[in-house]
Formats: sequence, C-alpha cells, structure tokens
Amino acid sequence: MSDAAVGTTLDAKPRVSRQFRLQWEEVQQSWVLLYPEGMVRLNRSAGEIMKRSDGIATVQEIVADLERSFGAEGLTHDVLGFIDLAKKQRWIEV
Amino acid sequence: MNTPQTSQTTPQIGPPLWLLAEITYRCPLHCVFCYNPTDFAKTAVDNELSTDDWLRVLREARAAGSVQCGFSGGEPLLRDDLEILVAEAHRLGFYTNLLTSGVGLTETRIARLKQAGLAHIQLSFQDSTKELNDFLSHTRTFELKQHVAHLIKSNGWPMVLNCVIHRLNIDYIDKIIEMAVELGAEYLELANNQYYSWALVNRDQLLPSREQLQRAERITNEYREKFGDRIRMFFVVPDYYETRPKKCMNGWGNVFLTVTPDGTALPCHTAKMLPGLRFPNVREMNVKDIWFDSEGFNRYRGDGWMKDPCRTCPEKENDLGGCRCQACMLTGDPANADPVCGKSAMRGEIEKAIAYAQIPDAERTTVKPLIFRDPKESRRLIEEGTAAERQPA
Repeated sequence: MSDAAVGTTLDAKPRVSRQFRLQWEEVQQSWVLLYPEGMVRLNRSAGEIMKRSDGIATVQEIVADLERSFGAEGLTHDVLGFIDLAKKQRWIEV
Repeated sequence: MNTPQTSQTTPQIGPPLWLLAEITYRCPLHCVFCYNPTDFAKTAVDNELSTDDWLRVLREARAAGSVQCGFSGGEPLLRDDLEILVAEAHRLGFYTNLLTSGVGLTETRIARLKQAGLAHIQLSFQDSTKELNDFLSHTRTFELKQHVAHLIKSNGWPMVLNCVIHRLNIDYIDKIIEMAVELGAEYLELANNQYYSWALVNRDQLLPSREQLQRAERITNEYREKFGDRIRMFFVVPDYYETRPKKCMNGWGNVFLTVTPDGTALPCHTAKMLPGLRFPNVREMNVKDIWFDSEGFNRYRGDGWMKDPCRTCPEKENDLGGCRCQACMLTGDPANADPVCGKSAMRGEIEKAIAYAQIPDAERTTVKPLIFRDPKESRRLIEEGTAAERQPA
C-alpha cells in the first residue's frame, strides 16, 4: 500500500462528485462526465473505474472487481493513480 | 472516436455534441452587445417553432449524439413550454443548461424546472448600459439577481454567473467580482465582448483600450489570489487583442449545432449572415441529415476550403483559420483568414478598430449613440439595409 497511496487508501470509498454526471454515451461508445456546458470523455479504463465509484465499494473492492472482470492482476497501483488524478480534477470525492 | 452510425460519405465527422436551442428572440432586455442577429425582428412570434417541433428536434439531436443542450434566446423563460422541453431533454439523457437573465424566474417556475430535471442555470448580468449605474450601485438589478441566485443555490444547482465585459463596464471589474462573491457564485465568467451582430454595430463604444484590458486582467488575477478556490474565474480576452485567431466553435460543424427560433440550423449563432450559403431548417430536414449531409454544415468543415495564408500555414490545425463570420464581416469573404490573425493581409481592419479604442472617450470628436437591441431598432436596421452586413453602422 505504501508505494501508491499518495492520498487515497485502499479502504476509501470513492464516488463521482456531485458536480459531475457520469453516463454511457452509445454514439461515442464511451463513458463521459458531464458538467455545466462541458464534457470529459473517459478512456475505457477510466470509465470502468468511475462507474464502480459509487460511494459504497472500497478501492480494494473496485480493484478486485476490475481484476476479476478483465482477468488481470496487479491493478492496485493504476487504480490508486487514477483516483488521485480524478480527485485533483474534482471528478471524484473520497 | 467510434461513431458507428455516421453516413458513408463522411465517416470522419463526429456527432453534434452541443445543441444550442435558441427557443425565442423575444427578450425583456435590450443589450447593446447581444449576439442575436440585428435582423432578428424578421422572425415573428408566430413563426417560432412549436412545442412539438422542438420535442422532435431534441429527439433527433439526441439520436445523432448530442449530449449537452443549452436553452437560450432571447430570454428562454418567455416561452411557457420551457419546462416541457427541459423535461423531455432530461428524459432523453441530455445534460440541460438554461442560459438566462433571471428575469421571469419565479419560485414557481424554478420549482417546475427542478422537477423537469434541469441540470444547470447560467445566470447572466446582462446589464443593458441604460441601467449600468443601477447595476453597479447594487440597487434593483442587484436585488433581482440576489433573489434568483438564492433560488438557484437553494435548489442545489451550482452558481454560475456570466458577465459580458466591455469598454463601459470594464473599469468596474473589481465591483463585478465582489458582487459575484457576495451572490455566492462558484463560477464567474468575465466574458469580454466579441464583435458580432449588435456588438459590431456598437463596436466603437464597446471595445476597451489595451490599458483598460490589461488593468482588468491584473485585477482579476489579484482577486484569484485573494479568493482561491472559493470562486473560479474565467477571463476571456476580446479576440481583436490577440494575434492568432480563435478556433471558432472548436471547428465548423465539429461539435456545435444551433437551432434558431424559426428552425434554421446553424454551425454557430451568427453564421446566418454568411452570403451565398443556404442553411437547412429542422422543419424540412432531420437533424442527422442536416449535420452530416447539408451544404451549410459541410462548406467550411476541415481545411479543404482554405486559401492562403491559411492553406499553407503550419498552424492551421490549431485554429482552422479562425472565424468565418469575422472574415466575412471585416474582409468581405468568409474563406479569407480571420483578420485577427497577424498573417492576414487584412489585419489592418482590426488595427484600425484597436487604434480608435485607444482614444479616450473625452477626446473623441464624433460621438455615435449606442444602438439598443430591440425590435424597433432591428426593423430600422433591416429597412436601412444595414442589418447583417459587413461593416458596422
């Protein structure tokens, strides 16, 4: 945990900030964050993390779910890195 | 960049992400900098799109990939079906924005808009200059905005304020910022006037001097330091003072679709002024066909239409040659480089306006009256044949 946890811990429960709305856009085939008069198009991994950030699941649970869903392992570092970035952008509240 | 539903002839065109629904030109205000066309009085009330027309436009635009929807005008609150349109837009999955002066935003209507799922209100200080003193001295206008700001906040919306900045109010920018803070604004757009439509007619009176502009920017930065995260301020410089043009509308027919009160579909709010170009009407054509296949939307897409200096410019991807309307208004040809660009042979047109802006008001020999945006003046400009023409009156 010590290597990646700059600000966020594994038992934190991230959720999408109230200022943003996360939604799937069929035409764009991607998850987007909507805010007053603007939009952020998320890449696939960002979208997969954001849609699991419901304020209930912990980071650890999100990582486990992603590793299970995509048959991957060792995603902790990447997920924590993204969550820290998303916090800076105010996309996510922890 | 997957847009699997696009037509075969134009596979690289993205969806019209931004739909601006200008639902009426009617407005209780008479702002001298309004971007509505100077000939707006041509659109009679009974020629406005019906509720059913608008509902169909919303469905068609959403199906084509629109995701942000702005309800604008005129003053959109003057349409009593606004709540019906917002509710449908919300149901369709749009992020809905209301761009309003706040005039007519009663508690009843705000409750209905909340219920309809409205996501965001941008409240404008559309001071009409007639009321400049009133506006700056915190009297009636301030009370109205304060009331509306309170309603916005108490409904849980973010508080976004927009103030158009020009020669006549730029020196009071400190007061404007303090007022925004007092109103509890989380975002403040200090949007310097750009010179189109009514603002172009009034350009001599509205374009600030370089010194005014620099002072305003410095003061804005000081307030940014002082208030930090409490209020986020966006300061937009008038493009005349730049030496490279703006990437207008983020590219012609790239993300932005405007539908005017009578149903004309445009790639930007002012494009209707361009000569020799027909724009489709949503009464006659589906939004998707308008976006992908109409002449109006394809004419200045990408860079195939460019002439020199744009055609061979290494920076052409950055700005796509700037604004077609500005090129048309000031050089007579929309396919010319935007004359804001230092590489334009017509940059002199901009320099002339800037030079005049440096003359203090007291030293000006000819004083033109401000032309206020109202139906009477609009009809007068139409009759004089000056409406939507190239040069300021």
